[in-house]
Amino acid sequence: MPSDHYTQLQEIIKPYLPEDVSVSEIKEESHFINELNINSANLVDIILDVEDAFDIVLENEDMEKMQTVSDALAIINAKLEGKD
Amino acid sequence: MDFQEIINQLPYSKPFLFVDRLDHVDENGVIGVYTFSEDHSFYQGHFKSFPVTPGVILTECCAQIGLVCLGIFLIKNEKDDAGAQVAFSSSHMEFLLPVFPGETVRVKSEKIYFRFQKLKCKVFLYNEKNQLVCKGELAGMLTNKGNG
Repeated sequence: MPSDHYTQLQEIIKPYLPEDVSVSEIKEESHFINELNINSANLVDIILDVEDAFDIVLENEDMEKMQTVSDALAIINAKLEGKD
Repeated sequence: MDFQEIINQLPYSKPFLFVDRLDHVDENGVIGVYTFSEDHSFYQGHFKSFPVTPGVILTECCAQIGLVCLGIFLIKNEKDDAGAQVAFSSSHMEFLLPVFPGETVRVKSEKIYFRFQKLKCKVFLYNEKNQLVCKGELAGMLTNKGNG
């Protein structure tokens, strides 16, 4: 269920948020770099954690498309659908 | 790829080049050597009349050998393009022993991962007596020049 994925993704993002951004600021439309102030190095770690949590493999083009939380959810859902 | 060619491609020069020689490079890690010349200006102030190599400089030495030299090798392996652009993104280091002016150190790195242009490594720095001086984890973003 996508809403579960959203909660799961929030948990993954949480440790990478800078001190001045709270978890409640993570919205579906949040831009990782511009709004959540996550740097590109930490975004890579989020992607690696997403791979582990959902047991999927992401490619460079997925990373490029992953600008916002909803982009990430769309990619996760597409990868999970492609798995079965 | 020639080890000296990797050093030539480093984006550093004196007095901020902390790599003299590479002894081993493969896709999983690097071993390199550097001698801390007594002429470095930081010894004048770190510390007052007691020169010791600053921890940040040891970290830099580990990063240049362990992270950047390895990164240049890995990028070269992927694409035959010239020059890497590097940005240091994180460091977690522990320091166990001092390094005095004139000492030669050996840095060994082990790749943890290189994905989505981020290289993360374990690094170990040893003195001439083969004692562990410092160790830690370093990460950086590496991109090909002209590739953004």
